[in-house]
Amino acid sequence: MHSSTLIIVLLGFMTLAYYMGRKRSLNLVSGRVRDLHSLPSYYGIHTALWCGVPALILFVLWISFEGAVVTGMVVDNLPQEIQELPPERLNLVLNDIRNLAQGDIVSQAVDETMQGAADHYSSLLRISDMALFVVALSVAILGGLFAQRSINRHQRARNRVEKAINFFLVSSSSLAIFTTIGIVLSVLFESIRFFQQIPVTEFIFGLEWSPQTAIRADQVGSSGVFGAIPLFAGTFLITLIAMFVAVPIGLMSAIYMAEYAGKRFRALAKPVLEVLAGIPTVVYGFFAALTVAPFFRDMGTSLGLSVSSESALAAGVVMGIMIIPFVSSLSDDVINAVPQAMRDGSYGLGATRSETIRQVIIPAALPGIVGGVLLAVSRAIGETMIVVMAAGLSANLTANPLEAVTTVTVQIVTLLVGDQEFDSAKTLAAFALALVLFTITLALNMIALHIVRKYREQYE
Amino acid sequence: MEELVNESGVVAKPLNPEAATEVDMQASYEQHGSGTVGEIYVNDPRMTCRNVNVYYGEKQAIFDVNLDIGKNQVISMIGPSGCGKSTFLRCLNRMNDTIDVCRVTGQIKMDDQDIYDDGLDVVPLRASVGMVFQKPNPFPKSIYDNIAYGPRIHGLSDNARHLDEIVESSLTRAGLWEEVKDRMDQPGTGLSGGQQQRLCIARAIAVSPEVILMDEPCSALDPIATAKIEELIDELRENYTIAIVTHSMQQAARVSQRTAYFHLGKLIEVGETDQIFTNPRHKLTEDYITGRFG
Amino acid sequence: MNNNLQQQHDRTMVRVQQGLVRRYRQEKRFQRIGLGAIVLGLVFVSFLFISIIANGYTAFQQTYVKLDINFDPELIAPVGETDPEVLSKANYGGLVKKTMREMFPDVSSRREKKVLYGLVSTGASYQLRDMVMQDPALIGTRQSVWVPADDDVDMLIKGHIDLNVPESDRRIKNNQMVWIQSLQAEDRIEKRFNTTFFTAGDSREPELSGIKGAVHGSFFTLMICLLISFPVGVAAAVYLEEFAPKNRWTDIIEVNINNLAAVPSIVFGLLGLAVFINFFGLPRSVPLVGGLVLALMTLPTIIIASRAALKSVPPSIREAALGVGASPMQTITHHVLPLAMPGMLTGTIIGMAQALGETAPLLMIGMVAFIVDIPGGPFDPSAVLPVQIYLWADSPERAFVERTSAAIMVLLAFLISMNLLAVWLRKKFERRW
Ligand SMILES: Nc1ncnc2c1ncn2[C@@H]1O[C@H](COP(=O)(O)OP(=O)(O)OP(=O)(O)O)[C@@H](O)[C@H]1O
Ligand SMILES: [Mg+2]
Repeated sequence: MHSSTLIIVLLGFMTLAYYMGRKRSLNLVSGRVRDLHSLPSYYGIHTALWCGVPALILFVLWISFEGAVVTGMVVDNLPQEIQELPPERLNLVLNDIRNLAQGDIVSQAVDETMQGAADHYSSLLRISDMALFVVALSVAILGGLFAQRSINRHQRARNRVEKAINFFLVSSSSLAIFTTIGIVLSVLFESIRFFQQIPVTEFIFGLEWSPQTAIRADQVGSSGVFGAIPLFAGTFLITLIAMFVAVPIGLMSAIYMAEYAGKRFRALAKPVLEVLAGIPTVVYGFFAALTVAPFFRDMGTSLGLSVSSESALAAGVVMGIMIIPFVSSLSDDVINAVPQAMRDGSYGLGATRSETIRQVIIPAALPGIVGGVLLAVSRAIGETMIVVMAAGLSANLTANPLEAVTTVTVQIVTLLVGDQEFDSAKTLAAFALALVLFTITLALNMIALHIVRKYREQYE
Repeated sequence: MEELVNESGVVAKPLNPEAATEVDMQASYEQHGSGTVGEIYVNDPRMTCRNVNVYYGEKQAIFDVNLDIGKNQVISMIGPSGCGKSTFLRCLNRMNDTIDVCRVTGQIKMDDQDIYDDGLDVVPLRASVGMVFQKPNPFPKSIYDNIAYGPRIHGLSDNARHLDEIVESSLTRAGLWEEVKDRMDQPGTGLSGGQQQRLCIARAIAVSPEVILMDEPCSALDPIATAKIEELIDELRENYTIAIVTHSMQQAARVSQRTAYFHLGKLIEVGETDQIFTNPRHKLTEDYITGRFG
Repeated sequence: MNNNLQQQHDRTMVRVQQGLVRRYRQEKRFQRIGLGAIVLGLVFVSFLFISIIANGYTAFQQTYVKLDINFDPELIAPVGETDPEVLSKANYGGLVKKTMREMFPDVSSRREKKVLYGLVSTGASYQLRDMVMQDPALIGTRQSVWVPADDDVDMLIKGHIDLNVPESDRRIKNNQMVWIQSLQAEDRIEKRFNTTFFTAGDSREPELSGIKGAVHGSFFTLMICLLISFPVGVAAAVYLEEFAPKNRWTDIIEVNINNLAAVPSIVFGLLGLAVFINFFGLPRSVPLVGGLVLALMTLPTIIIASRAALKSVPPSIREAALGVGASPMQTITHHVLPLAMPGMLTGTIIGMAQALGETAPLLMIGMVAFIVDIPGGPFDPSAVLPVQIYLWADSPERAFVERTSAAIMVLLAFLISMNLLAVWLRKKFERRW
């Protein structure tokens, strides 16, 4: 709340600064705009930027580091024995302190030190908030005043403003790169830590997955086993089922839309199919778990088959349905990109429509279709909610679609949701899985995009 | 000059060039129900077109065209860009069916069969009226498969040997065999432009049609490739009826026996190629071939 | 030679005629397969909608029970007491229990009593508290009050409990059935519009749970996401389309954007977890972090759409503006951007719709906490609609099934309106140059 107020106040200051800068520039030349280097509004913007930007940067930095600094100070004040706890235990204590400060339920009995620390924590936060308010507003005022004072008729305000905008444009477009770097680094670092505990070979080739590590060092039994093959196999199985549903239906409907359907039919059916693309995956997940999985199970029972209620089949089929519009719109693009001359050549020889489609259009469009299917595969591999809700948790190594399997994304979610200690092999394993996921999908995307682009160029 | 008698027995009197006055033109218009000057009818027609109108949606692209296409003859169609040559040509094997908005009225007969008859099947029609397009459009398949495409879909070959023979003889007739016989399994798209166009011609004759329609077959080719295609057309004339659209008057003069001149969707004049180029009867034709416009 | 060819042609025609029937049969079959694929797709759509609606529409109603409450001063506070402190601490639960006991005096055993009390929702006591605090004059009077029924009763009334199942497997036992039937006989049970669903936050009790908290959370999250991704996305698109030199760096950016568009969303969640939560120590489960993560995720969509919009502005406009002496920046801001804006907005709305439905990355940044309070700003812990759906879908109570479906209906309604808005925008400003 506090922060929102601060932002609103800052925006107010900026508006004020804009008018002050504008006015001063006009006063300087007593209203003769032509004597100014730039239009008065540029002086206004220049002043407003000086007022707002440094303060906003300060604000963002403050918010970003406030948590870490305050926590550090609280830790320094904790008794020696707590400070010397192993990091994951210390984290638990800190969590409790935070919860205590916010008035939430805590996991252990509250003692003197804890309560004290919590009070300390909240008072630090309060101080920090106040300080931020004061400092940010002072910076804003100083910046604004400085800029307003420095206005003179030769100041190249427009160029400066444009330079600032240009800087914003460049950094905005670079954000994509920083995001990628961020993803790689955050996933990579934790994965390296994971592989220091668990050998890479065990992870990649191990046939058993059971990540329940001991919570306390003295606890016996259940130490984690991290062989990811069952997860890869499960992901592969579900993806395969999804593709069996999505590719034929998506491709055939794209073909029908592009080559057979009349205008009216297309105008009606296309948007309806595209609705499938707009439905959130959590809805598909619910649909799979509530309707499709029981349906398959009952059908299996009536056929005398035992179908798990979290069968790979249900998750895969629903995921396939989700991907239909993806495949069909990509195929549609690709099919429409096949030049009319190709169709003419075939029709001119007396081929029927289906012969033309099967023997000329599809072979011509094949690279594009393959690219689209690869993108769809990468979609399916990375899809999370459907499998979290409809596929199982236990890592079965099986090729039977009627049994429950688990996937990479399901495990990432189960390992990271809920209370976690940040250094255990269990949580780190999630990052290692994410690294695999990211690498595979990235590779698939690169290949697919490359194929599709090459295909487009061919017919341009 | 041939005697000109059409089925209904009306004799279109060959007009005396000297007498080609305004009045005669008027008379000719009255006679044929269209403004066409010259010999619309031939003795031994393969295809006959009567009162053909073509519309793209609301827009009319061909106006009341009457024309015969003689057996084992090359007829060339010339005219300024956008005058409807391609449109007319595409009527002859109903390629216009592939354009949603396109509508054809009138009568086009091939050997006494109305090709726009409701019961008529376009598949056999197109098998006997083949088409070669302006831009070479080989399929993204091997050279062999390109040629074998037609025979395969129509089920023309008895066995693989027979298919090989068809492919070889088509390529030979299209004058491409020697150039490609060692690389039959390479993609057809890898050939040069001229080779590709000959490949398309070979592809068309592989289903042994009676009529071949060619829409500016040489416009994408250099003079040498063009010369080869023209030579080819001349050879094919012995066995096929050919209708060719071209922008090159020299080409029309070289390869065709008859020439039809189109202007703004109307067939203005048709006649012996020699006569059209040496002695056009209509002012518009004359303007066009003397290069005054177009 | 001529003859030979004529023969060949005749042979061709015979062959073609022979094959026709088979080929047209193939043609028909192929066409039917295509049509079948589309119909199958349409069937999936309708099946999904029907299944959700059939499961969910009942959640818009809730069963209420009429209790004749005697606002006993002994249980609450003396008549005339107005101090909120005192009024809020009173034993309203006891009030409900007493009323229930009076209605069914034969119920005697402790166990049975407990079951009896369970017929009405625990929310009943809060409702009474709110009534008294609003109007302390109620104390000492007798009032008929409609209070929400327990979710099991609600399910029974809505016909979701199969009475043919053996008693031990049933949520509603035989004795409860008797009580409920007698209540029904006295017209004390009624289904009413479920306002709670739209005005409450999450709750462990289905009959007390609502989506308001999640809707607010989604709103704040989307606002943050919009505030970041729209300006940044447009700026990036403008730079790449209008200013960027064609060099390696921009090539890398291009490839990057295209790839980011296809990175699984859960990976963005991990990025958020590692960077915003673990590195910067921002709190978990707040819309601020959710919005940041979703902004990174939707950025590629917005950039790609905005670039397409900029591309569709004809170069003549730029040349005209540059020609009268505008700087490149002025040309863009005054002339190009306004023309490209509808396209950019359309892309942004579609991106926002994507963000609104996104769940997986939010799970990663801890937005799965159970939060009862309705958030007041982007810094308060909150749920969002799709996560609420996920959480409810995971709950075992039958009553949460219908609420999940109802929440999905609300979510889909939002999404559909956003998409319609985008379509409308595109139609309205569609321009042919
Ligand atoms: N698919 C179509 N839809 C609508 N109008 C068309 C279509 N194809 C051609 N036209 C119109 O019909 C008229 C005749 O076109 P056509 O292609 O037959 O001309 P052309 O004589 O072949 O010209 P060119 O020498 O340039 O090839 C033109 O005015 C053209 O705009
Ligand atoms: Mg043409």
